[in-house]
Amino acid sequence: MDWLTTVDHKKIGILYLIAGFMFFLVGGLEAILIRIQLMTPMNDFVSADRFNELITMHGTTMIFLGAMPLIFAVLNAVVPLQLGARDVAFPFLNALGFWTFFFGGLLLNISWFVGTVPDAGWTSYVPLAGPDYNSTAGVDFYVIGLQIAGIGTLLGGINFMATIINMRAPGMSFMRMPMFCWAAFITSVMIVFAFPALTVALVALMFDRLFQANFFEVGAGGNTVLWEHIFWVFGHPEVYILIIPAFGIISEVVSTFSRKRLFGYSSMVFSLVLIAFLGFMVWAHHMLTTGLGPVANALFSIATMLIGVPTGVKIFNWLFTLWGGSIRFTTASLFAIGFIPTFVLGGVTGVMLASAPADYQYHDTYFVVAHFHYVIVGGLILGIFAGLHYWWPKMFGRMMNETIGKWTFWTFFIGFHLTFFVQHFLGLIGMQRRVYTYLPNQGFDNMNFISTIGAFLMGVGTILFLVNAVVTNMKPRDAANDPWEDGRTLEWTIPSPPPEYNFKQLPLVRSLDPWWKEKMDGSTEMTPAEPVGPIHMPSPSILPFLMSVGLFVAGFGFMYKLHWLAIAGIAATLICMMLRSLFDDHGFHIDPEEEVQA
Amino acid sequence: MSAHQHVEGQLPHEPERATLEGRNKVLGFWIFLGAEVVLFGTLFSAFIALRHQVLDGPHPSHLFELPMIFAATMILLTSSLMSVFAVQAMHRNQIKALIGWLVLTVVLGLAFLGLEIFEFNTYVSEGHKMNTSAFSSSFYTLVGFHGAHVAFGVLWISLLIGQLYKKGLNVVTAPKIYVSMIYWHFIDVVWVFIFSVVYLMGKVG
Repeated sequence: MDWLTTVDHKKIGILYLIAGFMFFLVGGLEAILIRIQLMTPMNDFVSADRFNELITMHGTTMIFLGAMPLIFAVLNAVVPLQLGARDVAFPFLNALGFWTFFFGGLLLNISWFVGTVPDAGWTSYVPLAGPDYNSTAGVDFYVIGLQIAGIGTLLGGINFMATIINMRAPGMSFMRMPMFCWAAFITSVMIVFAFPALTVALVALMFDRLFQANFFEVGAGGNTVLWEHIFWVFGHPEVYILIIPAFGIISEVVSTFSRKRLFGYSSMVFSLVLIAFLGFMVWAHHMLTTGLGPVANALFSIATMLIGVPTGVKIFNWLFTLWGGSIRFTTASLFAIGFIPTFVLGGVTGVMLASAPADYQYHDTYFVVAHFHYVIVGGLILGIFAGLHYWWPKMFGRMMNETIGKWTFWTFFIGFHLTFFVQHFLGLIGMQRRVYTYLPNQGFDNMNFISTIGAFLMGVGTILFLVNAVVTNMKPRDAANDPWEDGRTLEWTIPSPPPEYNFKQLPLVRSLDPWWKEKMDGSTEMTPAEPVGPIHMPSPSILPFLMSVGLFVAGFGFMYKLHWLAIAGIAATLICMMLRSLFDDHGFHIDPEEEVQA
Repeated sequence: MSAHQHVEGQLPHEPERATLEGRNKVLGFWIFLGAEVVLFGTLFSAFIALRHQVLDGPHPSHLFELPMIFAATMILLTSSLMSVFAVQAMHRNQIKALIGWLVLTVVLGLAFLGLEIFEFNTYVSEGHKMNTSAFSSSFYTLVGFHGAHVAFGVLWISLLIGQLYKKGLNVVTAPKIYVSMIYWHFIDVVWVFIFSVVYLMGKVG
């Protein structure tokens, strides 16, 4: 019950981690089924229809329900601690964001049990996803599930922006902020400006499907290319939303385990800003074969290639941070170091795909599949694993087992490259993506078999991580404040796991890497910026949970044309909002001095 | 927590920014409006892309009745002005005047909504329905989204008027009033764009 009502960012982080990992496993299982089907030519392990459902749900689940919540898990667990704040700006909205994401994801996955599963691909292109070619409720689950989950993401973005602008510890100017907080900030800005476009895309498709609107009905004057534009205006920033937090994690981990200050901090900040800015200018490179004409294609090609410049700056800065450092090869640092060459490969194929004439050859082949798995799995997921191993002691108070951790890394890393490296060549010799099977003796057989073996190895790596989590959880809670001993930022100055109020006294920040500076100056703790006093805390609330249930119920009402149910669900949510406004939350006070005595 | 020191029982100069919670609320709301700009921006783009696809439905130059829409525009603009006076009254700590201006804001908002419902009814009877054409779908979605925002604002500000009666003006209620007022201005600005892009451009073809 405590977990249903919590507004504590550390607990919400753990909720995001559990729910996100659960969906990550579901998406992973779908991936394994896809790979089993493609292991041999003319396989009939799953039917063609089932295969379409699997690829659609794999992509949608991994992006929206696996990757995004895992990012929010790390953001929640770490950002307030690194800022020297006692909580996020809006603890209530934080809980609401989690529960809307959770119920949106639940609604999407219930489609498996209802039997009408979305099957128009994760990009849900029209007219395939429209009412004419997709008359069952499948795509409705996609439209409404993502709409509800999207509310949660938007709230999270607003929350972290406000937190980072308003709640930094005394002395922490923007340019003294840890790199991960910068990444969190830029990602949040991108969420705020990208997700509303998805909202509109989903609303338009929903109106077309449920209320006979004509946004994408060509016969009634609608336009199918409009969907591609709106979807990618959201969708391209989305991939930067995914990768930028990984950049932040890698910066922290590389710097800590090289025992060196991050090389080129200000250029790192500037390149992040530049990547985010350009990220909004390149959506049509997903549509180079749509036929927008040579001028549009050229402009979007060049803009896309430009992103390689700030990204290259970041890669070199990580290498220069490692250069001459006294590197420790912990699991976290292995994941971070493995990230760098893997992400470079994904970046290089990205620049290849950006070239419009060549893209006519690559488009919709396994080359594209290999590219985006290199940047999302080889980029984001390796980054998430690095971050989880690195911050696990801070989140749970226990050090993860390093031996199992290193096995996790090697199985996952080798499995990953085995799966996806060959797919570049599969694509180049002509294997189309999204096909459920292929004829033998076209040169596809061996590489597909290798790819499937690699997928199993990644599965083993993921299971090893779960085993490690369970084994670690059975150990006593004995992690020190600064368990890696080389911590640089404020989260390593407080107990692991931190008390409910995080900081007994807000710390005074005197430089970048404030904790490292204090250690170098011979101090054993931060200089406090305020006297010890009672700390104000927000009260727990069940309303975020109820509001999300209301939206969940309304979703089913819309889908099955039960208008009374839709109205009841929306009304329940509005009433909860009203209750929140009417009854002021006065919170409560914790006196840290009394707690120590008790 | 508060950086602004103030005497007990006396309202500080800018009550909406007197506490960290208040400052967070105002900042967070501005960020939310940034997201709303993208939301309406995308709706406008879809409308502009589809607005010539009238098909057999009535053409916008025959459909739109400019005098009535001009009246609706004036009503909403005036309502926005009322909300400026409300915030000024709040800063002078005149709670009665504040409630009065808020009531006027809500009444004008309701009048606007009434006109819009009447307008939509007329259109439907002239054969301009949600499923008539791509133009009609994008028209009802864009203008309807705005109307839903107005309706939500009316409910929200009414709720706040009730809270002012019960709780009075303090550092908890002041930020709520303040953000609802910037929300109201935002809706007003969106309407100015709807008036120009949808109605005026529709009239000239």
